[in-house]
Amino acid sequence: MTTTQQGEPLLVRDARKRFGDVEALAGASLEVRRGELVGLLGPNGAGKTTMIRAIAGRVALDSGSIQLFGRTVTARDPRPEIGVVPQELAVYSLLTARENLEAFGVLYGVQGAELKSRVDWALEWSDLKDRAKESVKRFSGGMKRRLNIAIGLMHSPAIVLLDEPTVGVDPQSRERIYEMLASLQASGVGVVLTTHHLEEAERRCERIVIIDHGRIVAAGTLGELLAAARSGGRTLAMVLERAWPAGIAVPKGFSLSADRLTVTVAVEDGGRGVAARIDTVTGLGARVQDLSLAGASLQDVFIGLTGRELRE
Amino acid sequence: MILLTFLRIHWIGMKRDRVVQALTFLLPIMFFSIFAAVFSNQSDPMSKVRIAVVDEDQTPYSQQLMKALMAEGSLDVRVTATREGGNGATLDRSAAETLVRNGDVPVAVVIPKGIGAAGMFPAGDTNQVRPKVLLLADVSDPVAPQVVSGMLQKVAFTAAPQTMAVEGMTMFEKYTGPMTDAQRNMVDAWKRGEGPAIPSGSTSDTAVGLPVEVVNVMQPEQGDTSMVSFYAAGIGVMFLLFSCSGAGGTLLEEEESGTLDRLIGSRAGMGGVLFGKWVFLMLMGISQLTVMFAWGQLVFGLPLTSHLPGFFVVTLFTAAAAASFGLVLATVSRSRAQLSGLSTIVILAMSAVGGSMFPRFLMSDTMQQFGLVTFNAWALDAYLKVFWREVPMWELWPQIAVLTVLTGVFLTASRLLARRWETT
Repeated sequence: MTTTQQGEPLLVRDARKRFGDVEALAGASLEVRRGELVGLLGPNGAGKTTMIRAIAGRVALDSGSIQLFGRTVTARDPRPEIGVVPQELAVYSLLTARENLEAFGVLYGVQGAELKSRVDWALEWSDLKDRAKESVKRFSGGMKRRLNIAIGLMHSPAIVLLDEPTVGVDPQSRERIYEMLASLQASGVGVVLTTHHLEEAERRCERIVIIDHGRIVAAGTLGELLAAARSGGRTLAMVLERAWPAGIAVPKGFSLSADRLTVTVAVEDGGRGVAARIDTVTGLGARVQDLSLAGASLQDVFIGLTGRELRE
Repeated sequence: MILLTFLRIHWIGMKRDRVVQALTFLLPIMFFSIFAAVFSNQSDPMSKVRIAVVDEDQTPYSQQLMKALMAEGSLDVRVTATREGGNGATLDRSAAETLVRNGDVPVAVVIPKGIGAAGMFPAGDTNQVRPKVLLLADVSDPVAPQVVSGMLQKVAFTAAPQTMAVEGMTMFEKYTGPMTDAQRNMVDAWKRGEGPAIPSGSTSDTAVGLPVEVVNVMQPEQGDTSMVSFYAAGIGVMFLLFSCSGAGGTLLEEEESGTLDRLIGSRAGMGGVLFGKWVFLMLMGISQLTVMFAWGQLVFGLPLTSHLPGFFVVTLFTAAAAASFGLVLATVSRSRAQLSGLSTIVILAMSAVGGSMFPRFLMSDTMQQFGLVTFNAWALDAYLKVFWREVPMWELWPQIAVLTVLTGVFLTASRLLARRWETT
């Protein structure tokens, strides 16, 4: 409904927010354009949720600004242009899907014939039409997730903020959710999502924003990020015979898988670099069973920029 | 070792859970203290039974009875219409009954005309109708009439020993034959105070002493059914508080599920969310009390339909206050478990002190005054006025005013407490 408005849908400038001793946002900036799907990535505690909550008006910034379609908003200002989909399943489980959509629709200002039309659209869009009259508590996790997203769209927002929309759902449902988001994009809605699935961000997001310690450390398309992080580099993965020796630290620049059986490291200088890195690993007592050389991924970019795995 | 591990786990859990600690240690101590304070009243020498006395006989005997009653340390006797004796008009039967009906005194003693002339012992004709001392009683307090009746018998014997002795000896001679000269001399000496005292309590036959009749002045046509209203109100208000705190807890569920964020972000805002919940809780409370009283009428003959306007007014304000109190409990708690523990402690304590479990009028004056800090006490007093005292509607104003103020205070408190969920 607000896609015809003038100005950038969302512009966050130099956002700062401190909770006691913790600086959750330390001058973060973000921009979302019409019909764009932006992935906001960052390790736990990086500031993703604070950023989302600040945009939604649930966190008052200490300094910095948020503009919606050129209009600067403060924490208390209403923002009907925004739809928020929390990570939690924020639905009433004793109500049916239709009743949930109707209730939240009314609370978000949709009434009369428009309400009925939006509920029908939401049920169709989320593929829940056949289960519309069923109590939500009987729904599968994926169905609840889809309803959770549909509720956030009842008032036809121009920007949708989704916090981990695919967490805990099976691959099939995840695929369905991304199809839903793609259709939103096609209608000109700007979408910001946080996710822990890097491969999803790689595949689905037009732009990726990496946040760490409250700062935006990188932003751009996947290609731009890869190019900026490592020009033409490769990733060497070494599969070990046994788990990485306990008590021995992994060398700087190397990263160890959770099962401690695979070590990965960036290689920029071809064959000589590979041999030197294998020597480093074997010199510390590990025995390499197999190895592979691949192009850089978002994971490499992420680790390179933050020094951490996404789930750390 | 396994046992020790379990003990350690549970010990640490308990040590870190303040609600469990409170339920385990604080609640029993609190209840013990409350009930000890309530029941210790019965042996409290400072606690007096308030009575009004009407002397319709106006004979030396009735005046002796009056004086003896006033001298009783366990009775707080009132003989005039005003509280401070001596300044108001002397009570008559009607004024005394009004005092009882208004709840100023639980019992009024009416010493009827002719009691002095009839004496303490049945005269020769045992079928003779002797005037009875009337105890105009509010039978919602079942203890006071019994206490006063016993005290009357006591003062009857101690107030007019001379009369008792003369009449007693006459009766003795009537049934056992004339005394010998020696016996008569001894009796005469005792009457003059020269002989040994007669052991107290030697006369307890109900055929002698003052004939007493307890008169229920509170809705006598309905028997004891109106008392059911007291228990319906007491239990109803207590469970109303539990229901409201439980239903108010949906706020915490909504917070945990993220729904509250969604609601606050809507046009309703936090104020709208709280207001919506308050109205729902109030309607739920009205329904709950209505069902309870309707059941009381259906099964126990509680006179609901004849008191509908008063019931509706009191129920409306009671439910409003209970709903806002439920919101306070919900907004002050951090989790459902905390709410459950907190509401159990607070509501049970309020119910005990406020009279939901044990009538306040049977408590000591101190406890009765203390009970007024609770919401229950005001609500129950209002129900008592409607169903028991049948006062005109306007006389409910003190209770309605307090319940309204409490509603406002609770709503304000819950709104302030709910700010923690809003913008940070």
